[in-house]
Amino acid sequence: MKRIELTNITKRYPGAIANSAVGISVDAGEIHALLGENGAGKSTLMKIIYGVVKPDEGEMYWEGERVQVRGASHARELGIGMVFQHFSLFETLTVTENIALSLPKSDVVSMESLKQRIEEVSTRYGMKLDPNRYVHTLSIGEQQRVEIVRCLLQDVKLLILDEPTSVLTPQEVDTLFKTLRKLASEGCSILFISHKLDEVRALCDNATILRGGKVSGDCVPRETTTDEIARLMVGNDTPLSEEYKKALGQEVFLRIKALSFQSDDPFSTTLKDISLQVKSGEIMGVAGVAGNGQEELLNLISGEEVCDASAVTFAGEAVGNLGPRQRRELGLGFVPEERLGRGAVPDMSLANNALLTAYHGDLVDSGWINSHKVKSFAAQIIEQFKVKAAGIDAQAKSLSGGNLQKYIIGREIIQAPKLLVCSHPTWGVDIGAAILIRHALIALRDQGAAILVVSEDIDELYSISDRICAICDGELSPVDEMKNVSINQLGKWMAGDFSPLTNQAVGV
Amino acid sequence: MLFKLEKRPSDSQLMAYCSPLLAVVLTLISGALLFASLGHEPMKALYTFFVLPLEDLYGWTELGVKVAPLLLCAIGLMLCFKAKVWNIGAEGQFILGGVGGGYLALQLLDVDAFWVMPLILLFGALCGLLWAMLAAWLKTHFAANEILTTIMLNYIALNLLYFCVHGPLKDPDGFNFPESAMFSDSTLLPVIIEDYRLTISIYFALFAAAVVWTFMSRTLLGFQISVLGEDHSAARFAGFKEKKLIWLVLLVSGSLAGLAGVAEVAGPIGQLNPYIAPGYGYAAIIIVFLGRMHPIGIVFASMLLALTYMGGEMVQMDLALPKSLTGLFQGMLLFYLLACDLLIGYRIVRAKSSPIADQA
Repeated sequence: MKRIELTNITKRYPGAIANSAVGISVDAGEIHALLGENGAGKSTLMKIIYGVVKPDEGEMYWEGERVQVRGASHARELGIGMVFQHFSLFETLTVTENIALSLPKSDVVSMESLKQRIEEVSTRYGMKLDPNRYVHTLSIGEQQRVEIVRCLLQDVKLLILDEPTSVLTPQEVDTLFKTLRKLASEGCSILFISHKLDEVRALCDNATILRGGKVSGDCVPRETTTDEIARLMVGNDTPLSEEYKKALGQEVFLRIKALSFQSDDPFSTTLKDISLQVKSGEIMGVAGVAGNGQEELLNLISGEEVCDASAVTFAGEAVGNLGPRQRRELGLGFVPEERLGRGAVPDMSLANNALLTAYHGDLVDSGWINSHKVKSFAAQIIEQFKVKAAGIDAQAKSLSGGNLQKYIIGREIIQAPKLLVCSHPTWGVDIGAAILIRHALIALRDQGAAILVVSEDIDELYSISDRICAICDGELSPVDEMKNVSINQLGKWMAGDFSPLTNQAVGV
Repeated sequence: MLFKLEKRPSDSQLMAYCSPLLAVVLTLISGALLFASLGHEPMKALYTFFVLPLEDLYGWTELGVKVAPLLLCAIGLMLCFKAKVWNIGAEGQFILGGVGGGYLALQLLDVDAFWVMPLILLFGALCGLLWAMLAAWLKTHFAANEILTTIMLNYIALNLLYFCVHGPLKDPDGFNFPESAMFSDSTLLPVIIEDYRLTISIYFALFAAAVVWTFMSRTLLGFQISVLGEDHSAARFAGFKEKKLIWLVLLVSGSLAGLAGVAEVAGPIGQLNPYIAPGYGYAAIIIVFLGRMHPIGIVFASMLLALTYMGGEMVQMDLALPKSLTGLFQGMLLFYLLACDLLIGYRIVRAKSSPIADQA
């Protein structure tokens, strides 16, 4: 008897079919991967299992019986637990209080006994957790543990994890995997949603791969190569990966010197004594789990926040106190993390969005917009970066995430910046678009631009960066050439341990 | 059968244009019901309200008399609203323009020179600008919400007007009526057609509409205003200066409203009295939304709102109904417009029940 089985699930949204006749089944004690690119229909399927979304067609069987999940609380009653990508925790409450809130009243006899149970469960599964700590003092990895423990306290029979590793350092990933394996050995089924193939191959017994809302294949990941799985995910028309030559930069273009900064926002990270140099003709990668000061650092480089003039220099020129406009005139291009609502104006046309940052070139003549040139510039971006859009008059919000990102990056790159700063350049972007974007970054580097990439995607940083460092709690790790930095070293850096490499003799 | 609202994948351009028309139709239907419930034949009453005022040349020139101030106020407000600066203070800026220009006109009653008229207009516009400047300063320095400050400034302006016509600017030979002396010919705007009240201020209004249209569609500064209104963080990201833009839109809108005010007192009214502002500054808000924030639309919407003023007077004369029907029609228009605008981003679909869905 299967723990859970879904047959023929179809869910239509206006203008799109999220799931089309999808079937999936998970045994007791099985770790099952659900693989697919963004937009393949993974999230919809999960939400259907968890009762948040109702399918248009299809059936769901729970331990052999047909069920109709009425909602999240019904799902929890059945024994389905889910850990979302974005946690739903109250930062001002303690771990115990947060967990107490989500349990049925009858389960919470007293806070003391609950604390004990939390400690019991967390030690048993190797997830160290102090029940008295306030959630805002926990790292992201620890917050995820709170979510998992919360599910475990309710005798969960199926645990669904939505891209759980995207917020973790490599070491934290290892700990999580140990926990999951132990859970599975005790009979709990796990549905592991991801697009990272290596992890899936390391952890999962079986995998179902979705593409475009349909099941494109099932496999046993351990017996299947990464390339074969990737092929099922992206289809046959997309190249899978590319190797890039590493480069050594020339002169330093961006120099940040002993920059400490605290913004007015009480929830922001304070930057502590950051020094960083990015040379023309190289790509500098900054790894780190989100929320460790990346945003603050990028705002200071883009000019959206200002600081001491001499703390930030472009090719020797002090720019720390200049706004974004003047910095752009000095050769800055910037690709922010938020695409809609910062990188692009959602309700405006692509043509107008082209003008958004390209206004200091010849598109504007003494204050007057040359709409002819704006249109041809927008058309050029669309053509050169293979943006799928209805045309230059399409609203930015009508584009898919990947296409909009191609458009934004294209807009910045065509302006031939001397320094390009990218935040999470391929986050949520399908593999085809990601490859195009990485290719464009490498090409820009080879033309002699200095490039700074901030990303949580370690694989990506390894593939494109020439030098790398990590940021943790507002502090920057040492910087080294990519080839000298092992994944373990980078993980230590991301966790804030900046002690020198033990095998440093190999490098420099 | 149930219906539900469903988000459209992208906004409907068609609905954006149809929504004001639909709002007008709904207003007319409600108006007809209203007239019927008051015991009047609906079609005849609507005819009296909306058609009768425009039966002759006099009616059309009077329409122009009302379009001019409405259009001037609305064009300025359009700039503000494009930047999502919610200036509700056109009324106060209008009054200040009237009081300031009126004050100067009263000082220059006996001067007959070519520069008198332009000077009065400039001064009136300047007074409106200064009034808006207060709100701009409060917003940019103290982050004071402009909706509140401009509304409060409206009341201060109105009481300032009352003070002036009851006190310092009262006509000494006016039998103690709260009115100023009548302005002299050299301080009055020239009329376009002899014996009618329509002055050249209608040209100012149309000119302002044309200039603002060009400004918004062709210049980088206009583009920056649109971006600021659409998306705050994109404007920051692109390096547009938010405070500078807020100052710009408020000052332009203040001076246009001020110009409307001075052109009103130095035009059709010809003196200062407590009734110089019949709510043009508020009606202009409706006009901007009804006109889809586009100068052409705003011109037509101004004509419609101007007509509601004339229709109100007409039904008072012909059907002995209260003139406050004007406000009622204006309110209904805005109400229906806001409701219909929902359909730009959403559409109505039949709610289907899915086979698995149950009593969720």
